[in-house]
Amino acid sequence: SGCSPCPPPPPAAAPLPPPPRRLRPFNTLDPLPSSDPDPPCEGSRSPRKKWQVFPGRNRFYCDGRIMMARQTGVFYLTLVLILLTCGLFFTFDCPFLASNLTPAIPAVGGVLFIFVMGMLFRASFSDPGILPRATPDEAADLERQIDSAGCSRPPPRTREVLINGQAVKLKYCFTCKIFRPPRASHCSLCDNCVERFDHHCPWVGNCVGRRNYRFFYLFILSLSLLTVFIFAFVITHVILNPSQSLTLLCTVLEVVVCFFSIWSIVGLSGFHTYLISSNQTTNEDIKGSWSTKRGKDNYNPYSYGNILTNCCAALCGPLPPSLIDRRGLIQSGTPQTVSQSNGTSNSSYASTQLHSNMVGEGRRHTARY
Amino acid sequence: MFIFFYLLYICLKLICIRVNSLCRPTAYRTSSNQLCSSKVFIQRDYSSGTICKFQTKFPSELESRIDEQQFEETIQTLNNLYAEAEKLGGKSYLEGCLASLTAYTIFLCMETHYEKVLKKIARYIKDQNEKIYAPRGLLLTDPIERGLRVVEITIFEDRSIGSGR
Repeated sequence: SGCSPCPPPPPAAAPLPPPPRRLRPFNTLDPLPSSDPDPPCEGSRSPRKKWQVFPGRNRFYCDGRIMMARQTGVFYLTLVLILLTCGLFFTFDCPFLASNLTPAIPAVGGVLFIFVMGMLFRASFSDPGILPRATPDEAADLERQIDSAGCSRPPPRTREVLINGQAVKLKYCFTCKIFRPPRASHCSLCDNCVERFDHHCPWVGNCVGRRNYRFFYLFILSLSLLTVFIFAFVITHVILNPSQSLTLLCTVLEVVVCFFSIWSIVGLSGFHTYLISSNQTTNEDIKGSWSTKRGKDNYNPYSYGNILTNCCAALCGPLPPSLIDRRGLIQSGTPQTVSQSNGTSNSSYASTQLHSNMVGEGRRHTARY
Repeated sequence: MFIFFYLLYICLKLICIRVNSLCRPTAYRTSSNQLCSSKVFIQRDYSSGTICKFQTKFPSELESRIDEQQFEETIQTLNNLYAEAEKLGGKSYLEGCLASLTAYTIFLCMETHYEKVLKKIARYIKDQNEKIYAPRGLLLTDPIERGLRVVEITIFEDRSIGSGR
């Protein structure tokens, strides 16, 4: 209530503190030098991009176009396994199969391989649906609302909402200072709240959430097809042409990788097919949120009622844009997120905000990533 | 000669400093007008699920500034636009299928339906600000700038302090 008085003007130097060194980009994948990474001196600062001051534990590459979790070791293992197995298949088995059976085999294998890699990269490198943290003003407003809600200590940090007749509790996230939307969850590994959080997948090196669930699902589905495909044709090759030791060694390696992969990946595909058809997330299924064991009247309020609509919604529904605007430029005067708050209030820029659409201008079309 | 250029340099520097001080935003000047602001946040309405929808409840801080009906109309139009962006139907399924067949490379060339509607929303908000909200000393912030969490309305108060300092 009441009007906040104007603070004294900010110092002449740029208002933002330089980001900690560990947030500096790993520009190993970027062939062209992007905008000047190190500000040469205080006087001539090039504008920083938002990914450089992102508060979560993510890594950014290619000037913010690519984002992943912090631990990416298992992702490289996934890459190596897929590339190695496919490489051996195309080098040692395909020549024989193409000449003796049909050239369609390496062609189909090639298409499947490209699709698998495409989906893997898309699932790994895109924003899973991270919710940006609250601005200081928002956080303060929420705190006021929570504290004024009751005299009891501690004040309630949940809100109950009725969704399609089912009571759902919205929890307050202490890190992000927001009430999490339904189905959102905070990933402790990435330190972000993610919309429609499914799980954090180390194999993919990223969280799986609203924006990349379909890529993840298509990846595991196509990978199971590819694995079965390779397994079947490697066995065919061995049966039709028992061969020398080197090819036999490669064949054994392929068969072993495929055999174990089939059990795990096909199983996972089946599980996610069930989740999609019932419109649940892994998180909800594990917790048993909509299980009838919790109560007779417990049901999933998000399900559309029939399997086809659920599947279409999950796989073919509209793809929401990224909410974090990684590659946008940081405008001096835009409110920084809570963890970066340094006392700069934007009320002193009131008159410029009225007349310029700078907040809208700062947003780039790269939101699609 | 050197003295002349040196004096010229000093004069130019003084002029630049003077111009800079004139160019600072209004709020910095120790003048009689001071623009102060407070903010109202319209939260999300989750009663219909996870779709983007904002509460249409009229906040008490805006009572003296704007009609309840006008405000509700703005929020309702925003809700309808977001519903259009997230609508499941033939068009979105077609887009989704086409995208998955091209391994989503098609979005390198064209915008998604959602992005097109977001642009429409940005234009609508700009329009509303120019026509309705700015004349009343209010400013709507596009929810996408706040991660689709809130509609932030900044209330400006022109607090004129007495003459001179």
